[in-house]
Amino acid sequence: MIYWELFLAFLIPGILGYGGGPAAIPLVQVEVVDRYGWMTNPEFSEMVAAANALPGPIATKMAGFVGYDQAGVLGAMVALFASVGPSLLMMIVLLNILWRYKNSPYVKNLTKWVRPVIAVLLVVLTFQFFFDSYEINGAWITVFLVIGAYILLERVKLHPAVVILLALGFGAVTTYI
Amino acid sequence: MVARQHVKTADERSTGRLYKELALGFFRVGIFGFGGGPSSIPLVHTEAVKKYKWMTDDEFGDILALANTMPGPIATKMAGYIGYRVAGMLGLLIALVVNVVPTVIAVILLLNLLAAYKDLPVVNNMASAVIPVVTVMLGVLAWDFVKKSGDSIGWAKAIFAIVIAYVAMYVLNIHPAFVILAVFALIFSPLLTKRRKRL
Repeated sequence: MIYWELFLAFLIPGILGYGGGPAAIPLVQVEVVDRYGWMTNPEFSEMVAAANALPGPIATKMAGFVGYDQAGVLGAMVALFASVGPSLLMMIVLLNILWRYKNSPYVKNLTKWVRPVIAVLLVVLTFQFFFDSYEINGAWITVFLVIGAYILLERVKLHPAVVILLALGFGAVTTYI
Repeated sequence: MVARQHVKTADERSTGRLYKELALGFFRVGIFGFGGGPSSIPLVHTEAVKKYKWMTDDEFGDILALANTMPGPIATKMAGYIGYRVAGMLGLLIALVVNVVPTVIAVILLLNLLAAYKDLPVVNNMASAVIPVVTVMLGVLAWDFVKKSGDSIGWAKAIFAIVIAYVAMYVLNIHPAFVILAVFALIFSPLLTKRRKRL
């Protein structure tokens, strides 16, 4: 039964995909290409390339596309639910427990001591994006866009969506110069 | 001391308005999150803390930490949980759908109808130009967390914790989920020993 197979195929990467969407790509490949044979490897990399060019979380874009490709809209819904549902439910249960005890000194301590860990993750992520841009855009464009984005976001206080639209425009215009 | 941020309670605004805010906020997060899930973290922060004030910075930090200990895509976990916190099950559904569905439809369209365009240099260039913007947004959010760490537990302890966390995750290559779980365990361990004494 195709719906059950889709559910299983995206349930496993959803549960094992520690590290967010990108970590799930190889796991999805194992299911979609190796186990169920819904796609060939070149088709799979084509999908990943297209999904990467578009905004939004990568794991759900893959689940939605493969589900739709195999079994239409209902297939897309089943695959999406499988990739998102279980970990989201776990998170709601755990955060509700924390929320109930939010005034306890333990939970307050937790907030304080988890913060440095998140800080490290975000700093490292920042550098990863910086070096990605350095490799793709080169040094000059990267520095120009970083400074420009900083001024627009933090000094002019534009909404991030506006700045992203400007960057998209910049990318489009510079293609033809 | 960090000034207490004001968070509006559910009574202060109607549920219908909350649904609309969730729909708009997470729609923007979905369609502007170029570069996969992690790039949408600062966008979620902008909508949830700065624009709509659904929660304080502290609560956002807790949610982000716990989302990191759970498997699965980070952006949808944040959307789903925040939707649930703000407006219950319907809020969860709204936030998830507006976050995920538009880009899924875009991928389906792109691959089925416009397959020829995905290799166009203009499409690639547009996506590349967004990366530096995401870099700045992440950097600002990262500095926010560093500064708040220093303000709340003192700079000496904060730097110590940051170095330990860095070494654990990027020198010893321990998965972030386990580092966060270790923090949980250390904080709650006094509770366990207390209970054991009582028994």
